[in-house]
Amino acid sequence: MNRTHLQRLEAESIHILREVVAECERPVMMYSIGKDSATMLHLARKAFYPSPPPFPLLHVDTTWKFRDMYAMRDRMARETGTELLVWQNPEAKAQGINPFDHGSQVHTDTWKTQGLKQALDHYGFDAAFGGARRDEEKSRAKERVFSFRSDQHRWDPKAQRPELWSLYNARKRAGESIRVFPISNWTELDVWQYIYLEDIPIVPLYFAAERPVVERNGTLLMVDDERFRLRPGEQPVPRKIRFRTLGCYPLSGAIESGADTLPAIIQEMLLARTSERQGRMIDHDESASMEKKKQEGYF
Amino acid sequence: MSNASDLIASDIEAYLRQHEHKSLLRFITCGSVDDGKSTLIGRLLFDAKMLFEDQLAAIEADSKKWGTQGGDIDFALLVDGLAAEREQGITIDVAYRYFSTDQRKFIVADTPGHEQYTRNMITGASTADVAVILIDARRGVLTQTRRHSFLVSLIGIRSVVLAINKMDLVDYDEAVFNRIVADYRVFAQQVGLEDITAIPLSALKGDNMLQQSARTPWYTGPTLMGWLETVEVDEERRQRAPMRLGVQWVNRPNLDFRGFTGRLASGEVRPGDRVRIQPSGRESTVARIVSADGDLPLAIAGDSITLTLTDEVDVSRGDVISGADDPPEVADQFEATLVWMSEEPMYPGRVYLLKIGTRTVNATITEPKYRINVNTLERLAAKQLTLNEIGEVNLSLDRQIAFEPYTVSREMGGFILIDRQSNATVGAGMLRFALRRAHNIHLQHVDVNKAARAAQKGQRPCVVWFTGLSGAGKSTIANLLEKRLHAEGRHTYLLDGDNVRHGLNRDLGFTEADRVENIRRVAEVAGLMVDAGLIVITAFISPFRAERAIARGRVAEDEFVEVHVDTPLDVAEQRDVKGLYKKARRGELKNFTGIDSPYEAPEDPELRVNTAEITAEEAADMVVARLRELGVIA
Repeated sequence: MNRTHLQRLEAESIHILREVVAECERPVMMYSIGKDSATMLHLARKAFYPSPPPFPLLHVDTTWKFRDMYAMRDRMARETGTELLVWQNPEAKAQGINPFDHGSQVHTDTWKTQGLKQALDHYGFDAAFGGARRDEEKSRAKERVFSFRSDQHRWDPKAQRPELWSLYNARKRAGESIRVFPISNWTELDVWQYIYLEDIPIVPLYFAAERPVVERNGTLLMVDDERFRLRPGEQPVPRKIRFRTLGCYPLSGAIESGADTLPAIIQEMLLARTSERQGRMIDHDESASMEKKKQEGYF
Repeated sequence: MSNASDLIASDIEAYLRQHEHKSLLRFITCGSVDDGKSTLIGRLLFDAKMLFEDQLAAIEADSKKWGTQGGDIDFALLVDGLAAEREQGITIDVAYRYFSTDQRKFIVADTPGHEQYTRNMITGASTADVAVILIDARRGVLTQTRRHSFLVSLIGIRSVVLAINKMDLVDYDEAVFNRIVADYRVFAQQVGLEDITAIPLSALKGDNMLQQSARTPWYTGPTLMGWLETVEVDEERRQRAPMRLGVQWVNRPNLDFRGFTGRLASGEVRPGDRVRIQPSGRESTVARIVSADGDLPLAIAGDSITLTLTDEVDVSRGDVISGADDPPEVADQFEATLVWMSEEPMYPGRVYLLKIGTRTVNATITEPKYRINVNTLERLAAKQLTLNEIGEVNLSLDRQIAFEPYTVSREMGGFILIDRQSNATVGAGMLRFALRRAHNIHLQHVDVNKAARAAQKGQRPCVVWFTGLSGAGKSTIANLLEKRLHAEGRHTYLLDGDNVRHGLNRDLGFTEADRVENIRRVAEVAGLMVDAGLIVITAFISPFRAERAIARGRVAEDEFVEVHVDTPLDVAEQRDVKGLYKKARRGELKNFTGIDSPYEAPEDPELRVNTAEITAEEAADMVVARLRELGVIA
C-alpha cells in the first residue's frame, strides 16, 4: 500500500508539531490568518486530537489587516478551543506607523519584525511555529525545519544544525528560541489541494468577488476601510478580484479573477504561474530582501 | 506535462484527483557543479514546468547577464541563485527543490559545494529514497564518484542512477558510455551498491532527460524522468517489517484518555493487536487508533498516529511499542559507524547526548577502531574523529534502548549526537549491532580526569568558599546559592558544619589545632569534589588566613572563589541565632571567634558581602553575578 504525497507530508508535519510540544517548554503557533496558517492550524488539530492544540496562537497584528481576516482569526480561535494572543507593537501604535506615511519597509519592520520579537520576549516563548515553505522563494530552499535564534532573535547561519532523518535537535540555552516550520516541504499546490480535500476554512478574500479597488502603479489595491488614502483623481471602482496572498490590505496586490471555488483558484494558479510572493509588496523593496528580513528576525 | 496542462484547463477536478493520488519520491543528486548538476536539476524543474512566469523572466534576464550559455536559458541559474550565499560566502548544507509530474511529486536534496561535502551529503541522503550520481562523460569515474557512492551506500540508499552527463561533448559515443559503466560497476560492488541504472545524458541539450534521445539510438533503457517516475519506493518493505512505534508524546486531555502518539517506524497496527512496550517488556493490547476523522482500522509504516491500550501500563516518551511476538532487541552497548559533523573533534570518553527515535540518552564513545578514507575506503588508525571523518566506534549508553540495526531500519538504528555544552548536533551515526557482554567496552584507553568529569556535567568545577563570623549569614547565603545553581542545572555540593562535624570531623573539638585540622579536611574534601567535577560550596567560619590559603592552594588558581561575608561583630552578636555569643561571653565556650579568638579578614577575596546592608537573597544574587563574571557559570 502506498500513501499519497499529501498523506506523507501530513504525517511528517504532525511528527514535527508533536516533537516540539514534547521537547520545548513554551511553544506558540504564529498565526497570520492566511492559507498556510490555516493549514498549519488544521494539522495541529489533527496532531493533538482529542486534546486541543497544547499551545496558544499568536497573531502579531499590524492593525492594517483586512477586516475579513480579523473575523476569521476570532472564529478559528473559538472553533479550535485555542487561546488567542494578539500583539500590537505599542511603539508602532504610539507613533502611528502606517503603510501610507512610512512606506512598506518601515511599516513591516516596526509592526511585524519588532512586534514579533517583543511578543516572543513578553511571553517567554521558546519555540514558535511558522507557516513558511521552502518552495516559496529561492532563498528558503535551504532553510531548516528547526531554525535557531539567539537570545537577540538573530539568525546565525553558522549556528544552524544539520537535520538528519527525522531527528530534530531542539536543545537550547535559556533565552534562545527556535522557529519551527512544520510545512517546510509543502508546495503551494500541496497546500491548496489539502485545503480542498480537508475542507479547511479560509478567508473569503481568496475567492473572487466584486470589491472596491483602485489601481496604483499597476497594482490593484482594495479599499477595505476609510483609512485608505486616495490620491487625487483616484476613485474606488468595483472590480471582480481576489488575493493570492494576504497581508496588510494597503500592501496586498489583488488579481482580477473570476475564480470563486477552490478548484477554480487552483486552476488559475496552475495556469497563471506567477509565483506567490509577487503579490506581497514587501519583497520588492530590496533585492534579496527575504534573506535580510530573516536575519533581522522576520519569519 | 502537456497532458496535465490540457487537463488543468479542461477539467481541473480530474486533474486534482490525479494529483491527489500521486506518490512521493525523495532523491539526492551527487556531483559537483562541474558535472552539470545544477543544470540537471534546473532542467528537471523547467521541464516539469514548475517555474512561474516571474521566475522564468528573472532567469532569462539573469541568463543574459551572467549566463554561460550565450543568451540561451542557463538552467544552472535556477538553482544557484542564492544571493545571500553568493555575497556572504555562507555555506548551505542542503537545499531542497520541489517538482511534480503526472505520476509523482519529487523532493530533490541538493548539496552544493565541495567543502563540508561529507556532512552535507549524509544529511541530504538521510531522507532520500534513491540517489542520482553524476559523472562527466569526458572525465569518467573520479575520486569524488567513489566518495559519493560510498556515502550513498553508507546511508542505506539501495537504488542508484548513474547519470553519465555531457554525452554531447563525447559525440554520444557508446564506447565511452560502456567503459565508464564497466569501471563503475567494479567499484560499486566494493561498496555494496547493486541496483544501478546507468543513463547517457545531456542535461544541457535534454538528451534522455524526458524523452529517448535520437542521438543515442544504442541506448534502450529508461530516461532519467522515466526512471524517477517508476522506481519503487521502499515503502512496502517498511510495511512488511515488524511493527515499531517510538512513543513521541503522551496525549492526556483528561483522566479517561491516554493516547500514545508517534510515527509508525515500520509494520502495521490494528485494534486488537497484542503489543509489547520496550525496554520495560510489559504487554498490552491496542484498543483504538484514534484520529480526528474517526477511529482507524489500520495504520501503516510512516503514519503519524495516536494509539490507546486496553491496560493502564506505564508508557512514556522514548518507549517503543512493538508487536508482542516480535519485539526489537534491547541493549546499552553498540558498535556503530559515526560521521563527525562538528569543527570540534570527537573526544573519546566525553559524554554526548544521543538521540535515537524519540529517546535521548547519555552516550560515551570509545576511541575509534579505525576511520575510513572516503576516497579509497582504506581503514586508517585514528585517535579521534574530526569534521567530515567517518569511523567505526563502540558506544556505551547510560541506559538500555530498543533498537534495530541501521541496515534493517533507518528509524530504529539512525542517531544523532549532541554536545551537552554547546547543544550543537556534532555527529550522526548508524548502529551496527549490540555488543555482547563478552565484548564489553573497555574504557582503559580513556583518561577519565577532572576535565572529562566536568564536561560530563557540562560545567566548570570550583570551590565557593564562604568565610565570616558566626552568625554572619554564611550558611543562609550558601543554601540560597546552591538552590539557584541547582535550578540552573548545575551539579553542586554544600559542605557545612552540619554535614561535616557529625561524621568526617566527629573526632575534632574546638581547640586551635582541631580547628585547623577541621579546615584542612574540608579543603581536602572540597578539592576531591572539584576533581569530581562539582561546584562545591563551603560555609565555615575559617578564621585563619593560612588555612584558607591551603584550601585555595588545593585547587587550580581559577577554581577558588573566596566570599567574605563581612558582617560586623556587633550585628552578628545581636543576631546570635544559636545563642553561642552569649555562651562565649559567659565563658562557657572557649576559643570563640570574635570573642576570645581572632578572625583574620581576607585581604583580597573574590567577593565581599555585608549582610548588615543587604538581604541574604541579594547577597546570593551578588555571588551568582560574580560567578558569571569569573566565567564559572555561563
